[in-house]
Amino acid sequence: MINTMECAMDAQNLISISLRKIHNSRTQRGGIKLHKNLLVSYVLRNAKQLYMNEKYAEIYRMQQYEEVMTVCNEIQELNPLDLAEDIVEASGDCCSHVAGSPLIMEPASVCCALPASNHPAHTPHQQQQLQATAACSAAGLALQNEEVCKETNSAFFRSCCAEAYPVTDCDFSSLSAVHCNKTTVLDLDTHVVTTVESGYLHQDCCAVQCQGAQAPAKKRKFDFGCYAAESEEVPDFTPCKRARFEDFYCPHSEQLDTSNISNLISIFGSGFTGLVSRQADSEFSLNGQFCSKQTLASLGAWTRAIVAF
Amino acid sequence: MAGGGGNDVQWCFSQVKGAIDDDVAEADIISTVEFNHSGELLATGDKGGRVVIFQQEPENKSQPQCRGEYNVYSTFQSHEPEFDYLKSLEIEEKINKIRWLPQKNAAQFLLSTNDKTIKLWKISERDKRPEGYNLKEEDGRYRDPTTVTTLRVPVFRPMDLMVEASPRRVFANAHTYHINSISVNSDYETYLSADDLRVNLWHLEITDRSFNIVDIKPANMEELTEVITAAEFHPNQCNTFVYSSSKGTIRLCDMRASALCDKHSKLFEEPEDPSNRSFFSEIISSISDVKFSHNGRYMMTRDYLSVKIWDLNMESRPVETYQVGEYLRSKLCSLYENDCIFDKFECCWNGNDSVVMTGSYNNFFRMFDRGQKKDVTLEASRESSKPRAVLKPRKVCGGGKRKKDEISVDSLDFNKKILHTAWHPQENIIAVATTNNLYIFQDKLN
Repeated sequence: MINTMECAMDAQNLISISLRKIHNSRTQRGGIKLHKNLLVSYVLRNAKQLYMNEKYAEIYRMQQYEEVMTVCNEIQELNPLDLAEDIVEASGDCCSHVAGSPLIMEPASVCCALPASNHPAHTPHQQQQLQATAACSAAGLALQNEEVCKETNSAFFRSCCAEAYPVTDCDFSSLSAVHCNKTTVLDLDTHVVTTVESGYLHQDCCAVQCQGAQAPAKKRKFDFGCYAAESEEVPDFTPCKRARFEDFYCPHSEQLDTSNISNLISIFGSGFTGLVSRQADSEFSLNGQFCSKQTLASLGAWTRAIVAF
Repeated sequence: MAGGGGNDVQWCFSQVKGAIDDDVAEADIISTVEFNHSGELLATGDKGGRVVIFQQEPENKSQPQCRGEYNVYSTFQSHEPEFDYLKSLEIEEKINKIRWLPQKNAAQFLLSTNDKTIKLWKISERDKRPEGYNLKEEDGRYRDPTTVTTLRVPVFRPMDLMVEASPRRVFANAHTYHINSISVNSDYETYLSADDLRVNLWHLEITDRSFNIVDIKPANMEELTEVITAAEFHPNQCNTFVYSSSKGTIRLCDMRASALCDKHSKLFEEPEDPSNRSFFSEIISSISDVKFSHNGRYMMTRDYLSVKIWDLNMESRPVETYQVGEYLRSKLCSLYENDCIFDKFECCWNGNDSVVMTGSYNNFFRMFDRGQKKDVTLEASRESSKPRAVLKPRKVCGGGKRKKDEISVDSLDFNKKILHTAWHPQENIIAVATTNNLYIFQDKLN
């Protein structure tokens, strides 16, 4: 089983390498090798699927984190003594999932996020519910941390390698109020890297989300200089059900030249760097502990009381 | 050790052909190796479009232990680089495949192909020439007819052996994509040629017409999911052929069923092991070569990491699987980066179908004895190229503690690869092509 963190790092490299190979094949002697380029496109698809999964998970994690921070801040403003009774009442509902175990604040549980995004059974409504009780229900999942992680690792992997890309239900419309301090976002439609400070993630998420809807409108034509003159059809060798691929191909692909490819690769590099550095900062891990040390440290004393309970 | 007939065979170095120079000229890279039906002739094709044919010397009566050596018999330029002006495409002269025709008369015939054009070559010997012309001098100049006073009948006189290669047929303009295979039918009248998306049937005498028998090109190229990687006729049944795909499947087709064999008669496919899924699953499952056994009961396929033997009567899974280099699985990422993952290794059967052989990296090649369930890794190198020196088995250590005499997978030279190997149809003589050298090994005779 491939370590999914490695996957995330390798995915960006593989995408760059694959694009470079496709570009180089256009200048090779003997014309474009259909077989080789078909295989490269499969790698590109696999890497992209994993990267997209990682990105959605990252976005969801950050939103969860922000949501919890908001709740925590609100809690801090309240009188802790008055709060105790409320908490006990409320925890009765939330902790029904917990089965008597201590609540652990897992502000950004990937375990939470992954099943939500990968299992079609989760409706947007269910997701909202999840978010609302994130602090509590996260615990339930955190308890089965290892199991769920393993499960989500495989779900992760399955979705990354499955032909049909499963992302449909990730509705972030409810998260329009999410604030983030600083986020680097790569818009796969326009290939623009945006650094958002104290702004909304909503638009960017939707931009990424909506690319599927835009897919039919884009003509997935690759500038095969060598094949263009062929009397038969231009062989777009992209396999079926790879609707996301046009993100990597210039929509106005008639002039997909070297500078565009280089830009693409450098954009991916800077975009990924932003994402990766944020990951490193928050020490998110997909394998075990989803609790960021920094996050815990930033919790107020009152929330620690809840944790201890 | 692997061998035929159940006895342990020790392989010895016999000969090496090609330049010793480490600086390899691209044109000298060997791209195909093939014995003829008797094994007397060994043909190689290279990237420069040349064909070199070696002939085995008759056995030396004074040294019965030694089989005859292979010496250069004929060299000719089969294909030249071309340019397709209509499509603005350069057509490489590299010889992709050579296939011998069975010998019918004194001359030898072979088919050679590059990416687009197949040629039928006649290789014939000339060891005598006519002398004593009336109107021509011996050097070819015409004589003044008025000086002719007597008439004589020209006679044949012996001369130094000359081997001539002449193109007898050129089969062109039938393939849009790159030809990867040719295969002569057992009827000795027809042959097939396969490119990425189509298989065509030719008659050896007819060059201006070929029949398309398989076409997997989708109506919309955006829906393309697989290509044809190899094709071969059945050795005995002239109506049957197989073609392999980049998805790891093999389809067996019967030309009696219909004119267009898009619908297969049998589909050979092994389900993928989900635990081995990776970014590169599609690449490593692509079949690079398919070969029928001589008896026609089995076929062998080569993918990136393994060799599989299929029983033609069982489509669900291969009957035997041999790992060629499982240690490569952990290196797939870097092999993808340096393009090695796209290398197309070939495989071959020995004469009695008891042993199969295929190449690998670091100039290693592997033999799998099907009967004895043994396998051996040998190396083609200049260092072990002393006459009749016995080849020492090699071993690659995938990971963990490296034993003595083992080679770590990280020390393998991925630029030294053996893609093409051939086994003499009757004897234990093998031809193994490294980048630009041809090694000939034979079993040790006592």
